[in-house]
Order: sequence, then C-alpha cells, then structure tokens
Amino acid sequence: MNNARNLKHLYARAGFGIRFEDLQDREDWSVNKAVRKLFRASEHSEPITVLTENIDLRPHPKDMADDQKKQIQEDRNKQEKALNEAWLKQLGETDAQLREKMTLFWNNHFACNIGNAFYEQQLNNIQRDNALGNFKTLLLQVSQSPAMLQFLNNQQNQKGHPNENFARELMELFTLGRGHYTEQDIKESARSFTGWAFDGKTGVYTFRPKVHDDCVKTFLGKTGPFFGEDIIDIILENKQTSVFISTKLYRYLVNDVPDADHIGQMADVFYKSKYEIRPLLEFVFHADWFYDDKNIGNLVKSPVELLTGLNRQFYISYQNPDVLMQFQRTLDQVLFRPPNVAGWPGGRNWIDSSTLMYRMKIPSTILNAGLIDFNGKADPEDEAYLASQRKQQLNVIKRVQATPDWDKFLKELPTDMTKEQIAEFMLEAPLNRTIIDEVNNAPDMKTTVIQIVSTPEYQLC
Amino acid sequence: MDRRHFLRNSALASGVLMVPAFLKPFEAFAAGDTNGYKNLVIIQLSGGNDGLNTIIPFGNDIYYQKRNTIAVNQTDIIKLNDMQGFNPSLSALKEIYDQGWMSIINSVGYPNPDRSHFRSMDIWQTGSDANQFLTTGWIGRYLDANCQAGKPYTAIEVDDTLSLAMKGAKMKGIAVQDPNKLYQTTREPFFKDLVHDHDANLSEDNLGYLYKTMIETYSSADYIQNTSKTYNVNAQYPTTPLGNQLKTVSKFINSGLQTRVYYVSLSGFDTHVGQQNQQGRQLKIYGDAVAAFVKDLKQTGKLDDTLVMTFSEFGRRVEQNASNGTDHGTANNVLIFGGKLKKAGFYNDAPDLTQLDNGDLKYQVDFRDVYATLLDKWLDVNNSQVLTKNFNGLSFV
Repeated sequence: MNNARNLKHLYARAGFGIRFEDLQDREDWSVNKAVRKLFRASEHSEPITVLTENIDLRPHPKDMADDQKKQIQEDRNKQEKALNEAWLKQLGETDAQLREKMTLFWNNHFACNIGNAFYEQQLNNIQRDNALGNFKTLLLQVSQSPAMLQFLNNQQNQKGHPNENFARELMELFTLGRGHYTEQDIKESARSFTGWAFDGKTGVYTFRPKVHDDCVKTFLGKTGPFFGEDIIDIILENKQTSVFISTKLYRYLVNDVPDADHIGQMADVFYKSKYEIRPLLEFVFHADWFYDDKNIGNLVKSPVELLTGLNRQFYISYQNPDVLMQFQRTLDQVLFRPPNVAGWPGGRNWIDSSTLMYRMKIPSTILNAGLIDFNGKADPEDEAYLASQRKQQLNVIKRVQATPDWDKFLKELPTDMTKEQIAEFMLEAPLNRTIIDEVNNAPDMKTTVIQIVSTPEYQLC
Repeated sequence: MDRRHFLRNSALASGVLMVPAFLKPFEAFAAGDTNGYKNLVIIQLSGGNDGLNTIIPFGNDIYYQKRNTIAVNQTDIIKLNDMQGFNPSLSALKEIYDQGWMSIINSVGYPNPDRSHFRSMDIWQTGSDANQFLTTGWIGRYLDANCQAGKPYTAIEVDDTLSLAMKGAKMKGIAVQDPNKLYQTTREPFFKDLVHDHDANLSEDNLGYLYKTMIETYSSADYIQNTSKTYNVNAQYPTTPLGNQLKTVSKFINSGLQTRVYYVSLSGFDTHVGQQNQQGRQLKIYGDAVAAFVKDLKQTGKLDDTLVMTFSEFGRRVEQNASNGTDHGTANNVLIFGGKLKKAGFYNDAPDLTQLDNGDLKYQVDFRDVYATLLDKWLDVNNSQVLTKNFNGLSFV
C-alpha cells in the first residue's frame, strides 16, 4: 500500500488527483515509471482555440452609436465566458494533466487580467506550450505578448517618458522578488524595454526602434546600451531568479511553508539546467522529501483544482456552463480574472467561513442534487432538514444542470475495497474517527462517496 | 462516541440540543453591555461613482464648461452651500445633512492613482500604495491586530461572499446575507456530525485550520442567529437590495451583536454611457437607503455609536466623454454619517477643477488618513498596527 500512497500523492500534486482506474493497473508501478508516464501524457501541447476573432481589430469609428458599443461589450463578455469554459473543460478532460497543472501555475505566476479574451487565450497558450519547457523562452514570449504588454502598460513605455510598470513587475513578481534590485534598476531597465510593443492594427508584437531609448543603462551593476533581451539575460544570470521560482513552485507542489534546504536543491538543478522546467519537476517528483508525511495532504486546493478534481473523478458534463462560472465566482477564483498582477495568493487565503461552507456543499450539489444522506439515527431537526433537501432535489437538478457519470465511476471502484479504504484513497489527509464511522455507516457506496467529497479533508491535496 | 450515544447524551444534557464546550464561548449579552459599543458601517459603491455629479460643485463654472450635456441644472441641485450641492436623487439625505449627521470629505485619493476598477478597488480594500500588492484587507488586519481569535462575527459583510477588505492574515470576517440562511446551511446533519465530534485540540496545519474555520462558522452562525432573531426592525426601508442590507445591519446593531464592522456594497456606478439616468437611479437607491438607516438608528438610540463611511474605488474624469458619460478618474468624495460628528457638513474645500493631473482631480486627502481616523478614534486601535505606516488622520470624529 505504501507504493499506492506515493502514487496517489504524485497524482494529487502533478495532476488533479488519482482515479480508481489509474490505480488498478499501476499499483505496483514504481514512482519513476509513473513520473515518466505523466510526462509522456503531457508531451504535446493542445492549445485552446475557441476564440478566433480579436475584437480590438474591429473598426472603431469615433462616433460609434451607443447600441454598437453595447454590442461590442456583449461580444466581449461572450468571448470571456467561452474562454473560461474552454479551459475548464480542457482541465477536466485532458490526459495531459501535468501540463495543465503547470499551465495553471504559470497562468497565476504571469497573472494577467484584461478586457481582451483573445489576447488572454494567446497568453494562456504561451503558458501551456512552455509549461514544461524553458523558463527563459516562456518569460520572453509572455513579456512580448499583447496581453502582458497591454496589462503592464509597456505600450506606453517610450523613449523620453518611460513607463516603469512592466520593469517593476518583471523583477518583483516574475523573476527576482523584492529586495534584490533597486528603484534605480527599475528606472534603467524600463528604458531598455522602450519600443517593446504590439501593433494595434494587427495585434502582433513588433519592436519599434523609433521609440527605443538606445543610450547606455546601468542595471544590476552592468553597464551598456541594453535592450530588453539583455535585461532578461542579466536577470537570469542572477541565481536569485532560480531561487525565487523554485520557492514559488515549492509552495505550489510541495508545502505552503518553504524549506530553504529543499528549495536550495531545486534552485541548483534549475540554474544548472539553464532554466529548463522539466528537469526541475523531475527532481521534485523523485526527491525523498516530496513523499514525507508532512508534505502529504496538506495543500489547500484552489477552487479550480477542486472543481477540476471533481469533474475528472466523476466525469461530469455541464449542460449550462454559467453554472461553473457561478461556482468560480462563489469560491473567489474566476479563471482569467486574477485579483491583480500578483495573482491569487492561494493557500489559506482560499478559505473563509463562506467559501468553506460552499466548498463542502458544492460536490453534493453537483453529484446528488444537494443531498448528503447519512445513516445515523437522525434527530427530528435532522430529519426535517433532510426531508426538505429531498423535496428540493428536482429544483437543484434544474438549476445545476450537471451530469456526473455515476455508472462509470462505480464500475471503476475495485470490488474488494472497503468503504474505509475508499475514503483513504480519495482523501489525501489522514482520516479522523468521525469520518471513518460516518462512511462505514453510510447505507450504500454512493452515499459513502458523497460524504467523502463533502469533508474538510477533501479540500486538501 | 457513536451517533446514537451522542444523541442520548445530548438529550440528557440539555433536553434540546447539546452545545459542546467549544461551541459556546459566547454568553448572551445583556442589552446594557452593548451601550457605547461603537460600530463602523462601510458602504462600497462599485464601478467608480462620479463624485462630481454626486456632490456637485455648481459654484464653479468649469463644471458646466466641461460637462455640457451631463451637468445638473443649477435649479435642480440641492444646494448645501454656495459652492456644492446634492444631486437631486439624493434628496432624502438633505434632512440628514441638516441635522448635522453627515460630513463630506472632498478630493480623497492616493498618489499615482490607478484607473483600473479591480486594481484601484484592491488598493482601497487593502490600504496599499499604488505599487504595492497586499494579500490582506485593512479590516482583516484590524481583526488581526485587535481581536481575540474565534470571533469572525466581529466584522460582518452583508453579502454571500467575503471581500478582500475583510480578510486578515490570521482572522477573517464572515459573510452573512441572511442570518437564518447561514444558520440553515450549518444544519446539514452530516456537517454537524463532523463539527460536533471533532477533537477540539486542533493542529496548526491546514487541516486544523479548516476545522477551526468550520467550528467558528458554526458558533458564529449560532450566535448571530440566536442574538438577532428576537429583534424586529420597525422602521421602513426601501425595498432595494441596499435597503435590505442596511435593514439587516440595523437588526444586527440593535439586537446587540458584538460586531464592530459591517460591510455592504452597491454596484452599477460605471457610467461611461448615458450617465444621468443610470447614476441617478443608483444614487436614489443609495440616498433613500442611507437616510432610512440613519433615521432608524436615531430612533433606536444607536446613531451616536455608529459611523457610516461611503467610498468608491475612484471618481471620474472632470470632462465628460462623447457618450454622455464619464471615464475613469481619480480622487473622489468620501461621505461620513453619524450622530456624533466633530465636523459635520463639508470637511474641506470643494475639489479644485483648474489644477488637474491629465484631466483628473488631484487628491488632497489620502484615503488612509480617513482609515486612520476610523481606526484610532472609533475602533480603538493604533492605525500603524493596521496600515503600512502611521497616518496622521483627520478630525471628523
């Protein structure tokens, strides 16, 4: 069972959780083999292509009528929804779960929130294509994407009147982290990025030599007539960048609480491989400490991870995508709408009184029309509550419009597993007595499973 | 303990429903205990309310020059002095203003203003500088600095979800749209079992944190429901969402809930197009609800213990656009209500419409000086414990 424990943990962190079908033929696999398999399944990048029109390229007459403006806004909203839906669907259905997991990471690392969903899609595909590739390539492509150029105002960054927004976030949030550069470094490097822009008529990146400041700059102790690319090279030569990225990745994949020693090991691997992401991930997934008890079942799932885990485990299809949007809003994470350029802070920040109650109630809402049955001798108050829930079930079904594939799920359940073992399998955190008793006493397997996904433990991976 | 055993015990213990020890740290408070208990009510106007068409600088010709189609006619404005007056949709507030229960702070903002809704709202909610990213809100940090653990109801947002403003590093407020509904969600029998049977010795890790949050939610839902259900609001409120929210706040305050901060919001202020009608509708909803609330609290004797602050993430450009609307701007007015204001009426001069920064108002008062005043003089905590540095504050209370 110990090997199963490690495989489960690997799937929880490198993907969105193990399925019963994953375990059946793999229980005796080594971790090495499972890691190889995860990478192989993520070899190819499937871009999201749901949006084909860049609305910004439509003609913009100065005297546009109000209803025309309204139409454009409606089209923008439609695009935003379509993109959100497409990614959630891909997260729920792809075999390339490691690539999607890392796309989520980079999407939050290079957080961007703009009104143009087409550019957001483009940026998301850059993050996906390079999710397991090279960090420098990723950084360059992100930095030159219309989405980021617009979001961080590099369009306005011109010789003579620089805009420092991009330069500041590049160092503070994307590479070095606070305290490893000066305000002067920001000013000097901002001048190097003058001329990085996209053409508003085509939506394509073009360097504009005319507005580029080609005078000498002094940046992090080096002096020269630097271009933006030179600045990025200098930043990557600084080992602090590998430490900063490793720290963030450690908190995403291993533990909220950074361990300087483990992070140091990661940074060495990352720096030595010239910022190749795959070797860094392989190192983490093979490290002994990755499988330490204290690193298992202790990360709070983001709302998107929670929903994706459910969707994958139960093969859920949604007839009305607005429902998924509503769940994201309720749980405080709408894809492509991060709160700011620093992204979602994550961890315990996901949890407050309201979100926790919603998180515990949403699974049964999707899977069983809101009912969490149990077999205890319910007191009159409990009976009344459950009766009213039963009465509302049709209503809930009408509103949620989601179909889990219970048959498929139940068919995959190994017949020789006890209810308690199933709980152990589906929950990463250690189980307490109450949960063991509850699931053992549940009248049937379906109720057991619904109870399992309605616990605080299910919020963790 | 199995469930049957548990129930037998509980029946023996109370005859009704046993409340485990860790769920009852909150004894009922006698009504007298909450006298002098000061509340802050924050009203957020989302979308960027056009302050210049809210508190209108009619005495300045530039206002009429820059807004030739959306300026409000002199004759329609409810004049408060010879320079500024209310938008006619705020007529309900005139009586409040005349009683000395309202203070208007002009030109509130911050350096290097951001014109993005979500970013500027973030800045207001976290109390950060324009180039600083904080993951905690200012009310949340007030909870961290001042409150005993385990009382999320110290700050209540009357809504379904909790704003960043209400989230601290260790403590968070609680979102309660409807106390009965919240109470009902905590009645889920399966959840009740998880909470009741849980070992009160909670670990420091994330699992412990989840159970702690759940337990606090249960005790808060219980406390809020049981404390507030006996009080009926007798005053009339407009039947708008904001009216209902403020009515709920009144219920909470008057029932003696030990809550220091309430948070409500009203959206719909992003008036790029056809501003007059849209803003007029929203301002009427706002003015009518606030007037009802203030009068209600006066009636129940709680107005002296209550301070209401209204803000929006930014004001709008001085010059209107071509669609009879206004685009995102910067500094804005902050409106304060209360029974014990030190400086009622206008706190400072009308906004300067000549010295503009790229067509936008320059701020005269940092919004964190407003927060500092509330923290120091109303919530009894040193503002430097909550804000990023010490602010001097103002003297409206």
